[in-house]
Amino acid sequence: MTRHRGRGMASINYPIGMNLGGDPSQALVHSNPSGKFTVALSSIDLGQGMKSVTRQICAETLGVPVEDVYVDTADSDTGPHCMGSFASRGTHRVGNAVMAAAREARGVMMEAAAEELEVNVADLETDGRGNIHVKGAPHRSISTKDVAIAAQFKQGKTISGRGIFLVPLSDVDPETGEMSPATCYAHACLVAEVEVDDETGEVAMVRMDSAYELGRALNPRLVEQQLVGGAWMGVSHALYETPEPYYPDPVHGPRDFVEYLMPGPGDICPHDIAVLERPAPDGPFGGKGPGEMCANPVLPAVANAIFNAVGVRIDDLPITPEKVLRAIKAQGGARPQARR
Amino acid sequence: MTKIPLQFRHNGRNVAIFVDGGTNLLVALRELIGDMTPKFGCGQGGCGTCSVLVDGELHLSCLTLAETVAGRSVETLDGMKQGPNLHPLQRAFADNFAAQCGYCTPGMLMAAKALLDRNPAPSRTDVIEAISGNICRCTGYEPIINAILAAAGGRASA
Repeated sequence: MTRHRGRGMASINYPIGMNLGGDPSQALVHSNPSGKFTVALSSIDLGQGMKSVTRQICAETLGVPVEDVYVDTADSDTGPHCMGSFASRGTHRVGNAVMAAAREARGVMMEAAAEELEVNVADLETDGRGNIHVKGAPHRSISTKDVAIAAQFKQGKTISGRGIFLVPLSDVDPETGEMSPATCYAHACLVAEVEVDDETGEVAMVRMDSAYELGRALNPRLVEQQLVGGAWMGVSHALYETPEPYYPDPVHGPRDFVEYLMPGPGDICPHDIAVLERPAPDGPFGGKGPGEMCANPVLPAVANAIFNAVGVRIDDLPITPEKVLRAIKAQGGARPQARR
Repeated sequence: MTKIPLQFRHNGRNVAIFVDGGTNLLVALRELIGDMTPKFGCGQGGCGTCSVLVDGELHLSCLTLAETVAGRSVETLDGMKQGPNLHPLQRAFADNFAAQCGYCTPGMLMAAKALLDRNPAPSRTDVIEAISGNICRCTGYEPIINAILAAAGGRASA
């Protein structure tokens, strides 16, 4: 029995969002008389952090502290329309909609503040800590709370804003079929190192190194979490998860967590990630979105690493010990390739 | 069906409830006591998010008959913090960004507490072993392992 080490790499370009029907999302922002803001969305946060990121985007655009913004994604029946949380579109599409809504709300807030301070609205700025003051004269100041109270009870104004982001549907060149299916792309490269046991066919992950270019990382720790966790979903897709043996017939297939193989804490390996920030021109504060792409490069990289380790090319997922072992036997033993 | 009277200690407080025969501890805690910190994941012992401590020992509350904890002490995540202060494990989970979607977190914290209560200075392998019955579908095991080791380290130096 020998354990063979192998290294494989893969690079991907990943389009952000989709272009079927313009891929729109809407957001509504309004203030309460307390001076706190609510962002209403129908976009669901599945744990990837959309609530945190849209909260940051709204606070930054309004010029108020992030603690003063509440994101409500409660109900797609009553909230503004959203296409959904998929296609790595949340940060980019929903973020842009929130930004537009917050910009409009900020305009009303500044006008209401100008009326209270009896100054020209163009002379006002926010301090990011919940106050609005005259540029160069910070003592001529009013809190966003007092502005909200004045708007509600005195001026009769709603401090609110509407936002939508819609990608113009791309024309298709009738001659060549050329079109622009997406407005921005994220890029990644991942190197996987594996150890393949030529007696059992088992593949163990040794380490991963990756580089991701995904616009500006609006919340670097959330991006890192997404990339670390998502890479393991990729490993899981590459090596474990399957409704086999008779997919799509579910007979004898896994029905629950006990039978459905997923990586556990004992399966993980070190993963070093470099995040390269190249702000997207049409992204909110330059953000694109790590989304699904965090899993994608892992599958081909692992398949390549297995080839590099034992010389077998498995093109059917998941790459189970059985498939690896049969392929090794078919070629008369492991054939380690040159180390790269 | 006849209701069965049941008394046990819940996070240090005596509780008395009536349960149907066959009620599991998870349902008793969530629906009868109102402690929502143990989560319902798979309901058959495969995911670990319903983990609680019974007399200090880690149990899957979805597979534990409520009647069997009569007179015993049940600890859940709800009882972990000490007054306004987070437990060192909770603090370490926050500092190490060990929660992503958060659904596995209550079970992970209870499994970690069971480990540190019996082994204050665990190795990385001990930590992996201790949480091997808990699934994190965000697959964020690395920060969870780091958080538990950090909590153990902080405790050792304190």
